[in-house]
Order: sequence, then C-alpha cells, then structure tokens
Amino acid sequence: MNTGWGGMNTGWSELSREEYLHPGHVACQGCGAALAMRLVLKATGDRVMVVLPAACWTIIDGSFPTHALRVPLLHTAFETAAAAATGLRAGLDAVGAPPTTVMAWAGDGGTFDIGFQAISSAAERDEDMIYVCYDNEAYMNTGIQRSSATPWGAWTATTPAARPQDRPKKDIVGILAAHRIPYAATTTVAHPDDLVRKVTRALGVRGFRFLHLLAPCPPGWKVDSSLVIKAARLAVASGVFPLYEVEDGVRLTLNMSAPTVPVAEYLSLQGRFAHLTEEQAAHIQSMVDARWVDLEDWHLRTHGGPPIGIPSALDGHGRPGDVVPHG
Amino acid sequence: MTIAWTESRVLTGNEAVAEGVCLARVQTIAAYPITPQTQIVERLAEMVARGELAARFVNVESEHSAMAACFAAAAVGARTFTATSSQGLALMHEMLHWTAGARLPIVMANVNRALAPPWSVWADHTDALSQRDTGWMQVYAESNQEVLDSILLAYAVSERVLLPTMVNLDGFLLSHTAEPVEVYAGHRVDLFLPDFEAPYRLRPGEPRAFGGLADPGRYLEFRLRLQQAMARAAGVIEEEGARFAVAFGRGYGLLHAEMMEDAETVLMVVGSMATTARAAIAQLRREGRRVGLLRVRVMRPFPFGAIRRALRGARRVAVLDRNLSPGHHGILHAEVKSALFSEPARPSVSGYVLGLGGRDVRPEDIAGIVADVERREGGEDLIWWGTGAPPSEIPVPAERREALA
Ligand SMILES: Cc1ncc(C[n+]2csc(CCOP(=O)(O)OP(=O)(O)O)c2C)c(N)n1
Ligand code: SF4
Ligand SMILES: [Mg+2]
Repeated sequence: MNTGWGGMNTGWSELSREEYLHPGHVACQGCGAALAMRLVLKATGDRVMVVLPAACWTIIDGSFPTHALRVPLLHTAFETAAAAATGLRAGLDAVGAPPTTVMAWAGDGGTFDIGFQAISSAAERDEDMIYVCYDNEAYMNTGIQRSSATPWGAWTATTPAARPQDRPKKDIVGILAAHRIPYAATTTVAHPDDLVRKVTRALGVRGFRFLHLLAPCPPGWKVDSSLVIKAARLAVASGVFPLYEVEDGVRLTLNMSAPTVPVAEYLSLQGRFAHLTEEQAAHIQSMVDARWVDLEDWHLRTHGGPPIGIPSALDGHGRPGDVVPHG
Repeated sequence: MTIAWTESRVLTGNEAVAEGVCLARVQTIAAYPITPQTQIVERLAEMVARGELAARFVNVESEHSAMAACFAAAAVGARTFTATSSQGLALMHEMLHWTAGARLPIVMANVNRALAPPWSVWADHTDALSQRDTGWMQVYAESNQEVLDSILLAYAVSERVLLPTMVNLDGFLLSHTAEPVEVYAGHRVDLFLPDFEAPYRLRPGEPRAFGGLADPGRYLEFRLRLQQAMARAAGVIEEEGARFAVAFGRGYGLLHAEMMEDAETVLMVVGSMATTARAAIAQLRREGRRVGLLRVRVMRPFPFGAIRRALRGARRVAVLDRNLSPGHHGILHAEVKSALFSEPARPSVSGYVLGLGGRDVRPEDIAGIVADVERREGGEDLIWWGTGAPPSEIPVPAERREALA
C-alpha cells in the first residue's frame, strides 16, 4: 500500500553546511524566527528572493545599510507579502531575470490577519511563489499582542491572563488547502529534516506553495531561550502542532503517527499558559484530540490506511530524524 | 511605401490612457476596476491578451495589492503601470508612500472622482490632492490628447528623477468623453522613450535589501534626497516637455499661461475645466475685459517659480478649486497664496470651491466668477460657487440644527 508520496528520510546529514544568515543579525537569543530562516535558506540556497512584510524579521535583518541574508530581500508593508511577491515574480519575468524562486516570508500576523486578503487572493490565482509563514503565535514585533494564530488559552498583552485568548487557532493550512494550491505543509524549527524535505519538495513544484513553520519566541512564549527546540518538539509530540502536508488541496499525508505526549507537558513549559486551570488544560487536550481525529480521517481518505511505520518517539529532546515522511 | 507617423482616432480619456501605456511598452500591470477608470483595466487586459502589449498583467484583488505588486515589480526594474480612482486611490495610500519612498518610477492613471459618503462617481480632485504629500508627482490633463501624451511624458520624467507619477484625468468629463486623439507610431515613441534601464534594482543572486530599517541618524537623508529629486523634477518636466514638442509637435510644462499679456484678473484652474474657462475668457476678452488664464498642469512638484513669474503684474487672482480641504480652503488656493507670500508686490487672491462631485462648471460660472472677483479687491479665501439653495433654506429639524449648521 502506498501510504504517501514523500521523499527519503534526509536526516541531519543532508543539511547544507552553507550559511545564508550572517551571524550579525539582531534577533533575540534563541529566536525561532531566526532559526527558521537559517534552516529554510539552507534548503533553498541562494536562488531565492525574499519579500518581507513588517514583522520581527524586519528588525532581525539589521538596520540600513546592513543586511543579514546572503540573498536579495525586499521589505514591504505589513499586509502585502503575497501581493508584493506576486509583483516581484511578474517583474522578474517581465525583465527576463535569471531563474530564481520568489519567497514571501511573513509572520502569523502578516499571514493570518492583516495579510489574509492578499494571501487568499494570491493562492486563488496560484501565483508562483513559496509563502513561508513563520508562526510565533502573536504579534511579537509590537510586543506580544494576540493574532488569530494565538492558541486558545494563551496569555498575550491584549489577551491578559484574566481574559486569555478564547478562540481556537485559525486553521490556516486548511484554509489555504481549500484554495486547491499545489502544496501546503506544516513544519517546525525543531525538525530540520522534515523542514528541509518540505522546502525541497516545495521548490520542485510550480504555483502557490505554503509552509506553516512553527517558530517559538522565548519572550513571547515566556520560555527560556534554551528550551525553544524542546517547546517546538513537544508541540509536535503532543499533537498541538501536527506535521502534515496537503497536495493539490485534497491529498493529506500525516508525517507522524498519533501523538503520545500529554498536552499539559507542552503547556507547562511556557509562562504564557501558566494561568491555566486543570480544566482549561483538559479543554485544550480535547481540542487537540479532536483535531488529530480530523487529520487522521483525511489521511485515511487519502491513503486508505493510517500513518504507519513512522517512529513516534517524539520525546521532546530533539533526536534527529525521528519524523519521516511516508514512502 | 508610406510610413504612418500618426493615426488620428476618436478616443475616450480611458482609451487614451491605454494607448499611451501600450506605446510606452509597459512591462508589468497590476490593476483593479473602479468607475470611472474600469475601461483602462479592461482595455489593457485585452491588449495583453491579444499580444499587442508584451506585459505581465496581474488581476489583483484590490488597489492596495495593485500598488504593492507594482512596487515589487518596479523594484526589480520593470516598467510598471496601474490605474485607479477615488476610493481605490485612498486604499492605496500606504503604498503610495512606499513606492515614492523607494524611488520607483511607476506611472499611474487616476481618474478623478469624488470620495464617499455620499457615494459619487463624478469628477472631483480631492482624491488625488489628498495624496499630495506621498512623494508622487501629479499631472492633471486637460484633454484626451494630453492624457495620452502625459503617460509617455510621465515615464520619460519618472525614469530620470526616480519618482512615480500620477496622471490625472477628470472622471467622465475626460474618461468617458470621446475626442480626436493623435496616436503616434510605435517607432517614434521608441525614439522618445527608450527601454528603461533601472540604475538600482534587486537582482537574483545579488544579496541586497531594499527598504529596511533606517535609524534616526539616517532616515532624514532619505527624505532630503526625495525632496531634491522633486526639485530637480520641475526642470526635468520642462525639458522633457520641450523634447516632446520637438518629437511630436505639442509641448507641455508645469504651468500653461494663456491670454496673460496685460491681464488684470487671472483665473487659475486645473484639469478639463480649463477648456470651459478658455472659451468664457476668450468671450470676455472680445468684450474688452483684461482677463487671463493659468492652468496648473503639475501640482507636484508645485510650480512656485512659474506661478510667481506668471502673476507679476496681475491685480487679482481667482483660484478655482474642484476640491476641498475641510477646515482649510481649496487646496490650490492655499498653495498659490503660499507661493506668493514672498513676493514684494502681490495680487489679491480669492478662492472658489466649485464643481465638487461632478457639479457642472459652465461658461456662465466662469463669467460670474470674473465679475465676482473683480468686486473683491482684498481677496476672499473661501467662496462656495454654484451651490444650490443656501443652507438656511434647507429644512432641518430644530433639534439637529446645531449639528448640521
Ligand atoms: C499597517 C500596519 N499596521 C500595523 C503595523 C505594526 N506592526 C508591525 S509588525 C506587527 C506585528 C507583526 O506580527 P507577526 O506578523 O506575527 O510577526 P512577528 O512580529 O510576530 O514576527 C505590527 C502590528 C504596521 N507595520 N503596519
Ligand atoms: S521577539 Fe521573539 S520572534 Fe521577535 S526577535 Fe525576539 S525571539 Fe525572535
Ligand atoms: Mg508573530
């Protein structure tokens, strides 16, 4: 039985030694967003041009005249990542520029909220770009305010502990998949093998490709900068942030088997959930369980069988190669 | 074999825009429909689909995205165009700052239309004038021929000074009115407007960043340079206008003066209203009245010097504004006064607000304004012209009288 269409388990060995993010960038210590860029560029190499709306990354790249990336970058307005990337592609084609991939690189605010009209429209038109949303689950650049990517129950400066976020995180991959784009996938900074494989896969497809990349933020999540990788791994292992990919908006492949770690373990690592009662934590667990059932259903419909043969020992300690595609 | 140098065609203003864009060999277009601009988008889509224009045409979902797409396309060196009107222009506002700040020579046609509420699709310059501080050059055409010519000139000027240009044409009065327009042969335009070689552009493989953070020690210099480019643009507009005259037999500048010799009373107008004013003033001249006409063709860069020179010797000026800055006056009026402030001897200046939301401005209005301004020796800043019943005659419930007064 063919249970998926992914490539090989690449593991650490295939992570390029080439660095495209200079060490002089100005991200906070342990910043998931900086690591996200570092890893994605390792997979793309220098044949990309980045379109960057307002976000923490505006600052991370450094102030004029410095620039932390070894690839070209166009800063643009907060809500315009997908529209500007569309124009960049059109302009490059019009002037007959050498081959390159246009990569929109936006935060969750720039993607789920203010840039939503532009991304939905670019996806619907199947514009030729890779759109990466690095998701730290709030507006970090402006000091940790909620976005529609902020998970239920989380503290932010605009959803204070006395009245925390009371809506579930928007299902951005589901929404984009519903546009019937050729490729959409989730990944995290703590799963470099998975990340590199998905970027590579996206590079090989034409049209609108979407990567939802979980990138923990130590100050925003109130986790120690040494625990960023652990937090992202627990997000996956607990099923809070499942790893999967959707082809042509219809065929879904889970890149992991059923979560094994209680959600409470993930929550307790982070100060932004410190105010939660046991019942509230249990509610989150039930939402995560329900979502897993939905995803598994979709996987079953696609492949005729459950996601099997995948090591599920996602113990939160960053063992390389423990998340693999089907194949 | 004969070579066709020009073809005389009957075109609406919107069609003239599209012909100009086609002749300019624009490479990227991103635009969104809005009355009364829609035919520009439709016509260009058709030209691209038929292969008459080798451009990328992006069917964006909003004007904000249209300008964002133009921004990025121009950043990689493509000759770029969009068109909009009123609400669409207002929605673009943020990106107008982005494109001018990034010094990108984008050209846009704006079909002047009033802003809601109440809804109005008719001519009004407040849409464009409320964008005057964005760093875009602003040209206002009087005729459909000038519309076409201004598109070509806009690229010639923008690409020299690296600032975007908004070419304005009055909604319906030009956009939907057909006039004879000379459409030039492509090879002649190619000589006047060669391909654009962007001096600064993002290129694949060259790791530069455009538009990043500038700290307080650097930002000011960017704005200084933008202002210097605007100052230079005033001269470049005159130079390119003169070059255009040599190439095509029609010249354009910042300020167009007519019947100004010995003029005591001067009317200042913008856009298609000049045609009406010209006819009315010519009639007054025949009656022996010493009246002149100044048409401000370019609002940014504002032609301070040309206005000062033109008004030396005039006794009084009537500035006709098809726009309003609520809480202030007509916008051209305020700017003309600021231009004249440093003059040792200056005419009195009166400001007339008229024609908003497409209200007709007829030859009788022009004659009436001349008679009116000649009675006001000291000048009057805000005179509403051509309003219907005075507010006191409009029935208002007693309890709302204060709020609506
Ligand atoms: C139109 C507009 N509104 C608001 C802002 C202020 N702003 C800049 S970045 C940002 C939040 C960005 O959040 P996100 O996209 O999640 O990226 P992050 O900072 O978390 O990396 C906000 C609100 C802006 N630059 N432009
Ligand atoms: S606030 Fe968070 S996302 Fe922003 S630079 Fe710091 S760690 Fe990175
Ligand atoms: Mg964020």
